[in-house]
Amino acid sequence: MHTWSPSAPRSALVARQQLYRNIREYFYNRDVLEVETPLLCQAPVADPNITPIQADQRWLHTSPEYAMKRMLCAGYGDIYQICKVFRQGEAGKRHNPEFTMLEWYRVGWSLPQLMDEVADLLKILLSERFNPLPCLHLSYAQAMQTYAQLDIHHCSANQISALGQQLANADLDLNRDGWLDIIMSHQVEPALPKNTLVFISEFPASQAALARLANNAEGITIAQRFEVFFNGMELANGYHELTDAKQQLERFKHELQDTQRPHDAHLISALEYGLPDCSGVALGLDRVLLHLLNAQHIAQIISFDWTRA
Amino acid sequence: MANYSTNEFKPGLRVLVDNEPCIMIDIEFVKPGKGQAFSRVKLRNIRTQRVWERTFKSGESVESADIVERDMEYLYSDDEFWYFMATDGSFEQLGASREALGDTIKWLKEQVVYEVLLYNDAVVSVSAPNFVELDVIETDPGLKGDTAQGGSKPAKLSTGAVVRVPLFIVEGEKLRIDTRTGEYVSRA
Repeated sequence: MHTWSPSAPRSALVARQQLYRNIREYFYNRDVLEVETPLLCQAPVADPNITPIQADQRWLHTSPEYAMKRMLCAGYGDIYQICKVFRQGEAGKRHNPEFTMLEWYRVGWSLPQLMDEVADLLKILLSERFNPLPCLHLSYAQAMQTYAQLDIHHCSANQISALGQQLANADLDLNRDGWLDIIMSHQVEPALPKNTLVFISEFPASQAALARLANNAEGITIAQRFEVFFNGMELANGYHELTDAKQQLERFKHELQDTQRPHDAHLISALEYGLPDCSGVALGLDRVLLHLLNAQHIAQIISFDWTRA
Repeated sequence: MANYSTNEFKPGLRVLVDNEPCIMIDIEFVKPGKGQAFSRVKLRNIRTQRVWERTFKSGESVESADIVERDMEYLYSDDEFWYFMATDGSFEQLGASREALGDTIKWLKEQVVYEVLLYNDAVVSVSAPNFVELDVIETDPGLKGDTAQGGSKPAKLSTGAVVRVPLFIVEGEKLRIDTRTGEYVSRA
């Protein structure tokens, strides 16, 4: 097998061009500004489960969220970006360590408003193969109850780890969130209804990342965060953004405590200056193309995949 | 023994998992966006032939297993062991237990070359070639004129295996059998 040639056929590049064009037209019509932010940043994203790639005292961004939030703090209003992001070690049939993300922010919007827009955009982008495209909304707890028969708000830690171990066929020595990740990825995701955009919201407070915390209807503290799943694959992740600089700094310190990495001081300063109330979402565009072209491997829709880069 | 980390996992890798010698068949990288990364691996236990799935944390490593494949010719049996000889010119001989032979015993014939899997130098499994040629030792006489109907009947082969054959096949004929399905293919 020769590796000089592209891993994707020309037709996949044509589909990618059309996809970008549809997105740009969508946001142009809605007066959302296209922006660019640095790929090489002075501080990496603090997410404990994402490993950044370091280059010459800088870090390749794993998501453009920090710089885009600084624009929001500066009062630039609704913005979007299509860019490459980089995550060390994430290679597989649905992962490439360098992949394309669409990220956008809506000032003054609630999470349900943003979820509606995500559904609207995805229906347009996927319409060539999936039309009509129904939506299903579930809370994280409902999804766990329905597809894994697990009542996460009332069951014991042992019940969660027992189910996780059964699914993994091993004791991986994980914490509660780690076992929940196993149950979500091994049991719930594959069982979600097919050809349906499934929105899962109200994530556990311990998986908030950059989302605000709130009490749900039952008085349980949850993260104002959602994810979109489609045919067993995660497509998007959105937040009602945390605006509290103090809380953000605490989360940074907690997340980075076991690493040598610095936290993003620019973002903290910007939050201190003031982030307007907003919701934001990141959408994996390579995965949209996977579905659109019915491709089995991400290499088929990326011009040169990781093994040929 | 070498160790393999999850980022070195690939199909065909021979590893020791939970003290069982296994070959990796398929690897899926699993990573919830904000969650932990895992490798979900489909494995074949070469001792039991069982295919199973096991998940590893990213960065976890497993020990390599000394599993070797060899082409070997079947020689004879003393009813305790079934003896094979290497075809690489070494003339080395190894005995396989009844357990290691498994279903392949149905397709075992002298001078035919089999793929023998060794773990720590002991035979753990024997795979038959896709097609073998075996003699019919017992079958009912077929009725003339029935061939057009495409009917079939059982026939016992020299190894003891029973396969469905067309009605025109008679005792003493040599048949070509597909060992993957256990089906008659043609007269040999």
